[in-house]
Amino acid sequence: MPSLEHPAYPAADLLRLESLVPCRESQVSMLLSLFGERQQFSFPSIFIYGHTSSGKTYVMKTLLTTLQLPHVFVNCVEYFTSRLLLEEILIQLQSCSSGTEQTSPVHCDTLNDFVRLFKQAVASQELEGQTLYIVLDRAEQLREMEANILPAFLRLQELTDRNVTVILLSEIVWELFRPNIGCFEPFTMYFPDYSIGHLQKILSQNHPPEYSADFYAAYINILLGVFYMVCRDLKELRHLAALNFAKYCEPVVRGEANERDTRKLWKNIEPHLKKAMQTVYLREISSSQWERLQHDGGEPGQLKGLSAHTHVELPYYSKFLLIAAYLASYNPVRTDKRFFLKHHGKIRKTNFMKKHEKTSNHLLGPKPFPLDRLLAILYSIVDNRVAPTANIFSQITSLVTLQLLSMVGQNDQLDGPRYKCTVSLDFIRAIAR
Amino acid sequence: QHRHLLELLKRTTVHGESNSALIIGPRGSGKTALLNHVLKDLREMKQVRENLLEKPFLPGLLQTNDKVALKEITRQLQLENVVGDKVFGSFAENLAFLLEALRKGDRSSSCPILFVLDEFDLFVHHKNQTLLYNLFDISQSAQTPVTVIGLTCRQDILELLEKRVKSRFSHRQIYLMNSFDFKQYIKIFKKQLSLPAEFPDESFAQKWNNNVQHLSEDKTVQDVLQNLFHHTKDLRSLHLLLMLAVSAVTVHHPLLTAADLQEASRQHSTDSKANIVHGLSVLEICLIIAMKHLNEVYDGEPFNFQMVYNEFQKFIQRKAHSMYNFEKPVVMKAFEHLLQLELVKPLERPSARAQREYLLMKLLLDSSQIMDALQLYPNCPTDVKQWAASSLSWL
Repeated sequence: MPSLEHPAYPAADLLRLESLVPCRESQVSMLLSLFGERQQFSFPSIFIYGHTSSGKTYVMKTLLTTLQLPHVFVNCVEYFTSRLLLEEILIQLQSCSSGTEQTSPVHCDTLNDFVRLFKQAVASQELEGQTLYIVLDRAEQLREMEANILPAFLRLQELTDRNVTVILLSEIVWELFRPNIGCFEPFTMYFPDYSIGHLQKILSQNHPPEYSADFYAAYINILLGVFYMVCRDLKELRHLAALNFAKYCEPVVRGEANERDTRKLWKNIEPHLKKAMQTVYLREISSSQWERLQHDGGEPGQLKGLSAHTHVELPYYSKFLLIAAYLASYNPVRTDKRFFLKHHGKIRKTNFMKKHEKTSNHLLGPKPFPLDRLLAILYSIVDNRVAPTANIFSQITSLVTLQLLSMVGQNDQLDGPRYKCTVSLDFIRAIAR
Repeated sequence: QHRHLLELLKRTTVHGESNSALIIGPRGSGKTALLNHVLKDLREMKQVRENLLEKPFLPGLLQTNDKVALKEITRQLQLENVVGDKVFGSFAENLAFLLEALRKGDRSSSCPILFVLDEFDLFVHHKNQTLLYNLFDISQSAQTPVTVIGLTCRQDILELLEKRVKSRFSHRQIYLMNSFDFKQYIKIFKKQLSLPAEFPDESFAQKWNNNVQHLSEDKTVQDVLQNLFHHTKDLRSLHLLLMLAVSAVTVHHPLLTAADLQEASRQHSTDSKANIVHGLSVLEICLIIAMKHLNEVYDGEPFNFQMVYNEFQKFIQRKAHSMYNFEKPVVMKAFEHLLQLELVKPLERPSARAQREYLLMKLLLDSSQIMDALQLYPNCPTDVKQWAASSLSWL
């Protein structure tokens, strides 16, 4: 039963629209009632916000193309300066009104010129009387452009005195957009996130034809069970679903289980999905690498990711240098004496230390240390004697270039250079093996 | 105020006096509407129609600097050096020419010009305020009768003017305030919703207007309007609310009901950040709760990712049975999603030197907002909810 009804638009179009945008009927009907009939003036500006991949761009595009309303669609990340943005709008207007692909270059520097050229462009035949929609995607970039772009777009209907509505799509709420001295408030609309039922419905829609819908629905159920707590992003889930489906079907293909044997399928897929969370979800390895790994049988070895630590090969002394740097960064100077000398004295806990015990150094980040301290710690942790040759010093500089250490302060400090260690404990542990 | 403005403009056009005035009022109080109304009245007065009234209208949002404004003025006045649609010459030449043209006329033989500057405060920020200086200068000297009317929403506009500009300004200010009370508000509500007499379908118009009358006497509707009235007297918000309500009217549901208005009011006043929090995943909610606890313990001092992760670990080890202990990079990705949604904001720009995990941030949500949003959150595991509500006595 069609739930989208509107007297101005033909029912066949509305039915098709409904099939293309599942789970978004109430938002689309609200938009339709705002748009009204083709020649009626609508609200000058509409602001739509919602989570990542909650369907804002998709629904807007499908709505405008299915109902064939004249529109201009611009992504503000692609056209990131005001001049690019305004020129692109005018170019798209040309193709909108003349119906052909021919566009002549347009020169438009300021908003003033834009308004003038816009009035000329809209005066053509096809656009006569119909509302023109300008859709600006990723509208949060408008805040970074000149200060008058956003208020001007919100009032475009008033400034140009034509039948035009500006629609802004963004992830960020309107309160963070509002300029300091106020502006014309747009009509704000929220696209709610998909619930787990909705996600299931949408994901199960694109099942491959070889398997039944129930089989795929069960697979989606398992996938959502593992990933739903972490991520609700439709695009990511779709990506993961497509990648892991082959592995899920393996037992069926090999003949070990039939489609209904859920326990076996679950046991097969579960460690695989856990591995996927660490790698493909984090985009540490690309999807083609993942597929190749699946093909090769996938022995449970270490997956080499983008930030995998094990394949960073450092020479012998560099490893010690790095460990010494880590110790120097994270241990306070007071404790050096205790850890590194053969005969240490007792350290009395003073009041000062008691108060500051709570914020451990691990939480606040590495502290800078002078070069002498690094060398001192190095000598004490390396077993055999180390001579302070130029070799050691050059290794320190190469660590800085690799960004495993970072230099703090200016180059020409009189006390000697100070460094900071920029790697984490896991890295150090991996190196120390 | 209407009369005041009308009088002013009449004096310019009929008697040839030069004037300047500023119309000041908060946003949405109808400054542009007032001006348009007055101009319409003016055009209908017989004396004025005999004089030619030129009207350069300069919206402040579009004129970003004086050069652009000057071009626009010359274009609208259609002066001689406009060839086709192009205006050339340097800024100084243009200004001199314009002034010449205006100066040649005197009281009897030239037509009065009305300059309307919308968003006057933006003109004040131009370099040296040259345009304003020149316009006010002309309005003070006895040449072509010129009236300059500025519209602005800033109360302190006079302080922003330079001394020489301020002295040439006639200090005539017209204030527009939304000074009606609730009864008049309801009357405005009725008037906005009623259909005009020219509506084609007479019987429907009659039914609709009766319904509107009914509604304005209904107690729940009055409550809704009272709420909005306490929040802002601005008529634009009333429009938005009515727009939301009217969009529920369809062919099957032809008359507006009190429930529609209540629904519209609820939608109008939802907290948008709560909506965003509603759509986060459980891991992200846990991170936000961890940040809330950190804010409470450290009295609002900024935190970094490492601290938040620590809190999360403590929660997992002690209390959680439904949350799986996620790896650190996965938690980092959730944290970066929160950054992208601008619920958490770094205190300074991230540099190449500092590691991302140790960058100091602050949370842009209030703790009461978080608690309210958690109530509405679907399928929230109970131990997460209890963690949120607990106070940290075991730190």
